[in-house]
Amino acid sequence: MSPAFIIIAFVTLLAAASAMSLRNLVHAALALTVTFAGLAALYLNLDAQFVGFAQILVYVGAVAILIVFAILLTRSGDTPDQAVLAPGWTYGIAVSAVVFTMLGWAVLNSSALPKENSSAPAATVKNIGEALMSKYVLPLEIIGLLLTAAMIGAVIIALREPGKTKMDDGGLKIDKTATPSAILNSPSSSGGHS
Amino acid sequence: MSPLQGCLLVSALLFAIGLAGAVTRRHAILTLVGIELMLNAANLNFIAFWRYGAHPEALTGVMFVIFSIAIAAAEAAVGLALIIAVYRHYKTSNLDELKELKG
Repeated sequence: MSPAFIIIAFVTLLAAASAMSLRNLVHAALALTVTFAGLAALYLNLDAQFVGFAQILVYVGAVAILIVFAILLTRSGDTPDQAVLAPGWTYGIAVSAVVFTMLGWAVLNSSALPKENSSAPAATVKNIGEALMSKYVLPLEIIGLLLTAAMIGAVIIALREPGKTKMDDGGLKIDKTATPSAILNSPSSSGGHS
Repeated sequence: MSPLQGCLLVSALLFAIGLAGAVTRRHAILTLVGIELMLNAANLNFIAFWRYGAHPEALTGVMFVIFSIAIAAAEAAVGLALIIAVYRHYKTSNLDELKELKG
């Protein structure tokens, strides 16, 4: 194990632990971003360049922003004044500690681990692209379909419920009578034609 | 301890942290974050086995991680949309207060 790996792993795990334990949700989201970036560095350290940069693009770029937007839209950016842990959290911690102990014991004592080859494998973008276009072309198409369906589904789920445009949660009030043409033709709009 | 075992241990600890967060935190967003951490731990395992295992030229681990990242992004989008919809309905995103399914 190289020193770089140890440092990156330490930073990643520290950021993950703080993301799960910080009280303020915005701070937790920032720590989560550090975790994702650390994981990308781990991938780069393991000679998987394409996956590392995909991790940065998708997780650091998109998922973290999505989580920050969700925090914004659910108005939970303030530090909560009641308990942040569910009742019975000791059982949860105990279960995860048991899981980690089992996994660690299995990793350290298993004889099924493959014999290691230390030479760095060649996973260039060219290789990955050729594999994606030949052997994995069907999964690629299915992933495209899945992403489209998920995007449409997310938009439909998060849409305002019909008949609730008046927003009883104190948000922006939408004038139902203001159709786009009415806004365009109103005399107060500066951009309208004379 | 070999490099592969180091990677697997880091991944196991990351999985345990994510599991603890997903189970114990009360906020719905943090539960989703815990699930994301567990997914990332699995991805790290795939990359480690691809890097140190036999036949790395087959690119199986890398392909699996790429598809897994895409699915995780879709899952995060739908999950956060659900959290926003639930928040709009119940005016809370505290999981302990969401006790009834009836709207």
